[in-house]
Amino acid sequence: MFTSNPISEVSAFIPPLAMQWYVIAMFILVVGGTILDTIHKKSAKYFFENMQKSKAIREREVGGGEKIAIAIKTAAEDVLASGEFCNPRRRLAHLLTMYGFIIFIVTTVVLVFGYPTPDRVPPGYVPFLWHVGALMVCAGGYWFWFFIRVDVAAEGHPWYRIVRADLFILSLVATTTFAFIWSGLQWGDTGAWATLFFSLFALSSTVLFGTVLWSKFAHMFFKPAAAFQRRVADAEGSRDNLPPPADKPEQFGLGIHRELPRHY
Amino acid sequence: MPTFVYMTRCDGCGNCVDICPSDIMHIDPTYRRALNIEPNMCWECYSCVKACPQNAIDCRGYADFAPLGHSVRVRREEEKGTISWRIKFRDGRVKDFVSPITTQPWGEKIPRLAELPDPSEDDLNSQLLCYEPDALNIESGLPVISKDKFKQGVYY
Repeated sequence: MFTSNPISEVSAFIPPLAMQWYVIAMFILVVGGTILDTIHKKSAKYFFENMQKSKAIREREVGGGEKIAIAIKTAAEDVLASGEFCNPRRRLAHLLTMYGFIIFIVTTVVLVFGYPTPDRVPPGYVPFLWHVGALMVCAGGYWFWFFIRVDVAAEGHPWYRIVRADLFILSLVATTTFAFIWSGLQWGDTGAWATLFFSLFALSSTVLFGTVLWSKFAHMFFKPAAAFQRRVADAEGSRDNLPPPADKPEQFGLGIHRELPRHY
Repeated sequence: MPTFVYMTRCDGCGNCVDICPSDIMHIDPTYRRALNIEPNMCWECYSCVKACPQNAIDCRGYADFAPLGHSVRVRREEEKGTISWRIKFRDGRVKDFVSPITTQPWGEKIPRLAELPDPSEDDLNSQLLCYEPDALNIESGLPVISKDKFKQGVYY
C-alpha cells in the first residue's frame, strides 16, 4: 500500500489533465486568498507602520549584511524549527504537521504531474513519502486537536466545540485522513468506499485551499515576517519599547516555566 | 490600566489564560490567539503581562492621563529573579525600573516559621516585618520614620 501510487488509479475515471488543472486552481486559490487576506487585515500596512515606529526609536542602524544574517537566523530558528513555540509539545506537534504537509503537498504535485497514469510508475519512495506525509499531518494534527489546544487544555472547552479558528486545522487533518483512508481502500479493492473517500478527500482539500481568506492558512506567510521584524527590533535596540534584559545572573531556576499551563 | 495582546507576538500558548484571576484572558475563536475579552473587568494585576513568555501583552493606559504615544512594557526574567519595566511618556522621556521578584530558587525554599526563634519585645515593637530587612536584599536597611515627625493628629 505504502509504495503504490494512489493517483494513477483515479485516472480511470478522471482525466489526468483535469487533476492537473485542479492542482493549479488550488494554487491560484491560495495565492489569491493570501493577497485578499493581506488587504483585508491590512497586514502589510501594519508591518510597514511598525517598522517605521521601530526605526524612529532605534539605538543603532542595522546594515544590509546584518539583516541578511537575521533573515537566515529567522528562517533557521523561527520557520524551519518552529522556534516561536514556548511549549515543547506544541512545537513538536507543529513540526510534525508542517513537515508532513510540505511532504504531502510536494509528493502530490509530483504524482499528479509526473505519474498520473498506471503506465508511468513512480520510484517507490515518492508514494511512500506521500503516505508518510499524510500520517505525519494526522499525528501532529490530532495530537493538537485533542490534547494541546488551549481551548481544551486551559479553557476547559470540550474537544468537539468547533469555532472559526478550527477551519484550517480541521480541513487539514480531514484532507490527509481521507487521502490515507482512500489510498488504503484502493489497495483493498473496495470500489464504492474508495470513491466515497476520494470525494471527501477532494472536498476537504478544496475547503482547505479555498478558504484562505477565512482560515489561518495565511499564517505561514505573515508569521515569518513578524519573527523577522521582532529580531530586527532587538538588533536595532528599539525592542518594541521593551526594557533591556536585566543585568543579573540566571540563578533562581525556571519559575513559571517549571510546569505547563493546565490549571483550569 | 487594563491589558491587551499583540497578536503578531502571541503564540497562543495559554499561559495568560491559565493565570488570569478574573478569567478574562481567553483564546480568540477566529485567530486562536489570546485576548482580553473584558478590559472593564480587568483588575490590573498584570499576572498575564508577567507570565507571557513572548512579551506579547501590554498595558493600555486610561485616556485621561496616558494619551496616545505612551507605552508601559514589562520583561519578566524568571531565571534572574527580576522584573523590568519600561515607562515611556508621551513627550519621549523613558524610565527603566528593575526589581527583584525572588531571592531564593523557585519552589525549593519553603518558609518554616515554626523553626524561627521567638521575637523579642523590641522586634514586636519594631516597624520591620518578619525576615526584614535581610529578605529585602537592601544593604542599607529600610528607612525608619521617627514618630515625632508624624503629622499632628496621627496618634499611635
